[in-house]
Amino acid sequence: MCTVCGCGEGGAKVEADPHGHDHHDHGHHDHGHHHDHGHDHGHIHHSGHHHHDHHHGAGGTLDYGGGPAGTSVPGMSQARLIQIEADILGKNNGYAAANRARFAEAGILTLNLVSSPGSGKTTLLCRTLGMLAGEFPCAVIEGDQQTSADADRIRATGAPAIQINTGKGCHLDGHMVGHAVDHLAPADGSVLFIENVGNLVCPAAFDLGEAHKVAILSVTEGEDKPLKYPDMFAAADLVLINKTDLLPHLDFDVDLAMANARKVNHRVRLLKVSARTGEGMQAWLDWVRGARLMALSGRPSRAAE
Amino acid sequence: MHEMAICENIRVLIEEQARTQHFSRVERVCLEIGALSGVEVEALRFGFDVVMRGGVAADARLEIVETAGTAWCLPCAATVVIGRRYDPCPRCGSHQIQVTGGEEMKIRELEVT
Repeated sequence: MCTVCGCGEGGAKVEADPHGHDHHDHGHHDHGHHHDHGHDHGHIHHSGHHHHDHHHGAGGTLDYGGGPAGTSVPGMSQARLIQIEADILGKNNGYAAANRARFAEAGILTLNLVSSPGSGKTTLLCRTLGMLAGEFPCAVIEGDQQTSADADRIRATGAPAIQINTGKGCHLDGHMVGHAVDHLAPADGSVLFIENVGNLVCPAAFDLGEAHKVAILSVTEGEDKPLKYPDMFAAADLVLINKTDLLPHLDFDVDLAMANARKVNHRVRLLKVSARTGEGMQAWLDWVRGARLMALSGRPSRAAE
Repeated sequence: MHEMAICENIRVLIEEQARTQHFSRVERVCLEIGALSGVEVEALRFGFDVVMRGGVAADARLEIVETAGTAWCLPCAATVVIGRRYDPCPRCGSHQIQVTGGEEMKIRELEVT
C-alpha cells in the first residue's frame, strides 16, 4: 500500500458489473488504445572483458547460444541495455486518449471534478443537474473508495449515474472510466460529469480523457490549498470556490485564495459559487454551456460539413 | 503522490518488455523523474522494492535521473529554471510562467540478462 496516500493494488469495481473486473489487470478489455512505448532498441554493450558467458551442456558441450541474446560475440557480455524511453503512465494515457476520441466523436463534454473530500462536490453536482434538467442530457460517473451513496444521490435528481468503487485506489484511471462509459452509454451531445475520488494529489496525474478538470475549493478549507497541492490546481482549467454562503462566518480570504490559484496556474478561471443558496451558479452553468458548445462543434465527423 | 500506483505501472511495462525482448532478469532500472512531476523520489524507491518483489525486476538496482523544472517566463521572454510549480520567475519575480519541462516520468533504460 502507498505510504503517502493509501493507494494500493486491486479492489476496483465498477458498479452494475457483476463480475467485478480487476482493473489492475489491464490485459483484458482492449479499448483500442495505442501503445506508444518502444519495442526495439536492444543495445548490446561492450564490457571490455571476456566473460564466460557460455553454459556447459550435456557431454561437455560448450553452449554459447543459451544466453538471452541467443548468440555470443567474443568480448561481449550477454547483459544488455534496453533503452525504452517509455512514459510510465503511457498505458493510462492510451486509455484516456481512446476515451477522449470517443467523447469527441459523440460530441460529449466530459468534466473531471476534483477536490478534497468534503468540498461539496456532490451537492454542487446535484444542484447543477437540477438546474440543467430538460436543457440537455447529463450523466455522472461517481468515484469513491467505497459505497454507492453518491450515485444514489445523483440518481435522485433524475440523471443516470454509475458508481466506481476504487477499493484501495486513490484515483480513477482511464481504464475504469472507459468501462463506466460502456455501462452508462451517455447520449450524444450530453455532458458527462466525472466526480473523482476526493483527493487533491493523485487524480492530477491520471488523465481520464476529459475536456477539462474542474477543481472545487470550499471556503472552509485554507486559502493556501492551491500552493499546498499545486499539481492539481495547475492541471485545472476552472476553479470553483464553493460554500460562499459561509463566508460571513469565516476568516477565509477569497482574494488571497484566488491569487494563490493564479500563482500556480496563471490561465485558470475562477468562479465563486454556493451550491446551497444558488449564488454564482448561473456563471458556472454558463461556463458548462459554453464548453458543451465547443464539444459539439468540435465533432471530427462534422468537421467537413 | 500515488508512488505505489506508479511502481505498478513500471512493473507492467517491464514485464511487457521481458516478453517482447526475451529477458528474464533485470539488473538495473533507470528512471527519469522531473522535478515537477509530483513524484516523491524517496517514496518511489520504497514502493519500487515492494512492488518488484517476485517479478523479473526483483532486487534490481534503481537509478533515478532527476531532471530540472523549466518554464517560459512571459515578461522575460526566456526559459528559466524553477524548483516548484508555484515558484516565481527567478529573474523578474513574475508568476506569469508556463512550465515547459520537468514533468517527465519515464523509464529510460533497463539493464537485463
